[in-house]
This record gives sequence, C-alpha cells and structure tokens, in this order.
Amino acid sequence: MQAKTSLAAYTQLEKKSKVTNMLLRWFLYFVLILFASYFIFPLYVMIVTSLKTMEEIRQGTLLTLPSELNFDSWAVAWEGRGYGAGDTFLKPYFWNSIKMVVPAVFFSTFIGAMTGYVLTKWRFKGDSWVFLFLLFGCFIPFQAILLPMARTLGVLGISNSILGLVVVHTVYGIPFTTLFFRNYYVSVPTELVKAARIDGAGFFKIFFKILLPISAPIIVVTVIWQFTQIWNDFLFGSTFSFGKAAPIQVALNNMVLSSTSVKEYNVDMASAIIAGIPTLIVYVLAGKYFIRGLTSGAVKG
Amino acid sequence: MFKWLEKNLPKVVLAPAVGLISWFVYGFVLWTFYISFTNSKILPRYELWGVGNYAKLWASHKWLIAVENLFVFTSLFLIFCTVIGIVLAIFLDQKIRAEGVLRTIYLYPMALSFIVTGTAWKWILNPSLGIQKMFIDWGFENFTFDWLVNREMAIYTIVIAGVWQSAGFVMALFLAGLRSVEDEIVKAAKIDGASLFTVYWKILLPMMRPVFFTSFVILVHISIKSYDLVVALTQGGPGISTTMPAMYMTQTAFHKSQVALSATSAIMMFMAVAAVIIPYLYSELRRENAS
Repeated sequence: MQAKTSLAAYTQLEKKSKVTNMLLRWFLYFVLILFASYFIFPLYVMIVTSLKTMEEIRQGTLLTLPSELNFDSWAVAWEGRGYGAGDTFLKPYFWNSIKMVVPAVFFSTFIGAMTGYVLTKWRFKGDSWVFLFLLFGCFIPFQAILLPMARTLGVLGISNSILGLVVVHTVYGIPFTTLFFRNYYVSVPTELVKAARIDGAGFFKIFFKILLPISAPIIVVTVIWQFTQIWNDFLFGSTFSFGKAAPIQVALNNMVLSSTSVKEYNVDMASAIIAGIPTLIVYVLAGKYFIRGLTSGAVKG
Repeated sequence: MFKWLEKNLPKVVLAPAVGLISWFVYGFVLWTFYISFTNSKILPRYELWGVGNYAKLWASHKWLIAVENLFVFTSLFLIFCTVIGIVLAIFLDQKIRAEGVLRTIYLYPMALSFIVTGTAWKWILNPSLGIQKMFIDWGFENFTFDWLVNREMAIYTIVIAGVWQSAGFVMALFLAGLRSVEDEIVKAAKIDGASLFTVYWKILLPMMRPVFFTSFVILVHISIKSYDLVVALTQGGPGISTTMPAMYMTQTAFHKSQVALSATSAIMMFMAVAAVIIPYLYSELRRENAS
C-alpha cells in the first residue's frame, strides 16, 4: 500500500518537472560537449599539424585542415632525412623502448603474481606488514633513489644500456604488480587452495592449476598498467640513458628541443603522435582494463 | 634440506620481491638521506658534515622559487582537476547518450606521456603560430596569449596542460564512486521532494568522502613528482620561473654536480610525499581491517 502511493507520487513528480528537465538536459549536453572539445582539441591539432607543410602551418591557423594528406613529416620523424650526423629520428628509439618494455613488463608481472599469491594464499604471521612494506614502494618520489641508482648501475656496468632500464623498471614495478595481484587473489576463495593442499598439490601446482587459469583479467590489467607506465617514463630514461640507448620519450624530447635548424612543428607533432600511439592503441582497445588498473592502482596506489 | 625448502617455499618465493624492495627502495632512500648530511660534490663522500645542506637549500633562491611554484601548481591543479572531474562525473551519471564515447574522450590523455602532452601544448601555446595567431586571424587583432614566454604566467601553462592530462582520471574515480551508490537512496530522496541538486550536494557528494580523499592524495602525489611536463613544456623557463622541486633535484645533481645538495632536495620531496601518504595508507588499512 505504502509502496504504491510513493510510486504514484514519484511519477507525478517526474511529469511536473518535464520542461525543466528538458532545459537541464540541453545544458548537460552543452557542458559535456564543451569539455569533450577541450580534451579532443590537442589531439586534433597534433594530427592536422603533422599532415601540413610548414608553408601551410604559417598561413593557416591551428584548426585549419591540411589541403592534402601529406605524410612527409611522419616519414621524417620516423626515418629521418638520410643525412648522417645530426639527423635524429625515432625509429631506433622506438625499438629501444620495445626492447625495454617487453622484458620489464614480463618480469615485474611475474614477480608480482608470485608475491601476491604468497601474500594471500600462504599467509603467515606478519604478512600484512610485508604487504605494507612493499606497498610503500608505490609512493616514493623517485628523486629519492635516483642518485644511488645511478651509482649502482655504474657499478654493475649497465648504466646507459637497455638492460639497465629493464632492471630499474622491473624493480620499481614490483610494488604495483604486487598490489594488483594481491587484491585480486584475496577475493579467490581460500577453500579451493585448502582442498588442493589436502589432495597433496604443492605450492607451484596450486598456482599453475588453480590460480593462473582464473588470472586472465588481472594479468591484462597489470600488463597494460606496466606497459603504459614504462613506455611513458621519462625520468628514468633521461637519467640513466643518453645517446643511442635512450627510450623513445627521451628521444622525442631531444628532437623537439634541438635548436639546430628551423623549427618544424609538423615533424614535432608527427613524432609526438608516434611516441604516443602504442599506449593510445592499448587504451582504445582495452580501455576497460586500463581504467580498472588506474582506479585500483589509485585506490591504493 | 628438502624438507626445509618444502616448508619454507612460500617465503623463498617472496624473498626476491622483499629483497629488491628493501635494497632499491628503503636502502636507497636511507643512502640519499645519509648523503644529505655529507659534503659530497661530484662523487659521494661519506664523512658527516652536518645539516649545512638543509640550511643551504632553504637559503637558495632557486629552491624557494621551486617550492613556491609547487604550491601554486598543486593548489590550482587540485582545484581544477577536482571541480572538472566531479562536474563531468555527475553530468555523465544522468543517463547520457554516447556516455562511453564521452568517457573515452575525457580519459585518453591519461594514456599519453607527459612528454607527448607537453610537446602538443607547447605548440598550441606558442605565441607566434599557436592560439594567439588563431584568434588574431579570426579578427581579434589585439588578442595576446603569451603565457608560455611570460615569466609571470608561464607556470599557469603547466597547470593548463596538467589539468588536461589528469581531470579525466578524477572523473573516472568519481563516476565509479557514484555508480556504487544504491539507486534506492536517490529515489527515496526524490520522493521526499529533494531536487536533483540537493540530492547530489546534500547526499551523494558527502558520501564520496573516501573518493575525495583518494583523488586528493593521488593528485598531490602527481604534482610533487611532476618533472616530465615541465621539461617538455618550459624546461623550467623563461629563466628559472617555472622550476619545480623535481627539476631542481636533477639539475643540481647532474648539471651542477652538487650531489649532497641534490640529495637534500630529494629528501625534502620524500618527506612531503610521506606526509600525505602515510596517513592515507593508515586509514586505508584500517578501513580494510574493519570490513
């Protein structure tokens, strides 16, 4: 009875406010689209600029479309102009980044999965302190470890090398990967593990037979997170490498800042797009997992 | 031996992570802390020298500018990201058509590096061919927008680009928060005659306290560490007008070879982050234990 009256009151209320509602919705869409243009604007400008000639850039404005699709700047950004010294282009650095990202993502994800597994399914006294101990690593400002890290890489003989960057990114990825896997495995019923232990399954068998098969979503989240972080890193790349061993973000920055010749904004923009495209593709294809990583990395990281 | 291994296998597997983090995080921070009390120049020296570097740092004109910039940047970055994030989240929560597309647009900058972002905005904001020229060509002949090369205003260009990069992230956090609230609460309030505005202002936003807290911590964290964006957009210039602590630290270490002074600035940054993070971790952990 009660429920019926309140429902009626509710529908009446809904009707009364129809006109205001419509105005409100127009306003809503207006604001949402306004912000959408603010967010899309730089990407649009980057793309159209990269397709124009310098002549067109000087004559038109940021928004004018190129007269024809001209991919010359992209070729210059990727392969250079072909005159030896001083000709910087992104291709070798793009591969540097790939060679750096793939092993670093693999190792940090693997270590994180193992650590998360132990911390949730083989609990021991003080395990939550161990977790907290690792978790704090997510937050330290890396400036506090730059100097000793530079020396350590020197002592190990891997400064200014891709291997050095792989080590750095693996180590400082562990807190995050541990966080992801730990939070995921915590929701897997421990009874499953207990039953398997009674049946005589060992530590690794339980991991590979029970946990790994259901880990696909969290592996995707972790891999995307680590990939994005490492691909986009500039601080480590610029501190621990230079010249030929630099990753792409460092190369992009050097290219844009080089003041040797006339500023070619079209090449700059093409370079920026090339440096941003891998993470952008991942975002478009797997946005759901990207956001999950962001929010769960954020909620406690 | 085999028995021991079998019994302690979990701890053995845990060892690499704990060992690496102990050494590379805690050990390194302690090393940096120690060095800040020495008189190291190009190479680290280990005899203690006292707190001289801390005095020197806080007497340094450039460091004071960096700290001031950090305060300006952090407060504006926080305010704009939070306000824009909340507005977008609430608006998107109104059963909007094409919500997925809009959400994707708001959040994609998070997938880009600060170097890419900085490069793009540097081009957009450059006075000779960027936005300024656009408005002049449109007929606003006296339009000037030269913040990028203006000592007083350059710091705000970093805010513009930073907000562009991170506001969508706050939106995602709040949207997730709003979606986790039971529909019944909103309906009940509407039946009681509450307007939509009241529902959000009086009921839903107060419920979002943990989300406010989280996004505050993350944003402050991002801004204290911000380095790449400054490098790509202004290189700390014009002059030293947009230097930030992270930039001061690397420049002092690697260009000026003042290792101890640089370590000191790194420790100041570390303490600033710790002051925000430790209470946060503490409350998060308590919440988790309570549930």
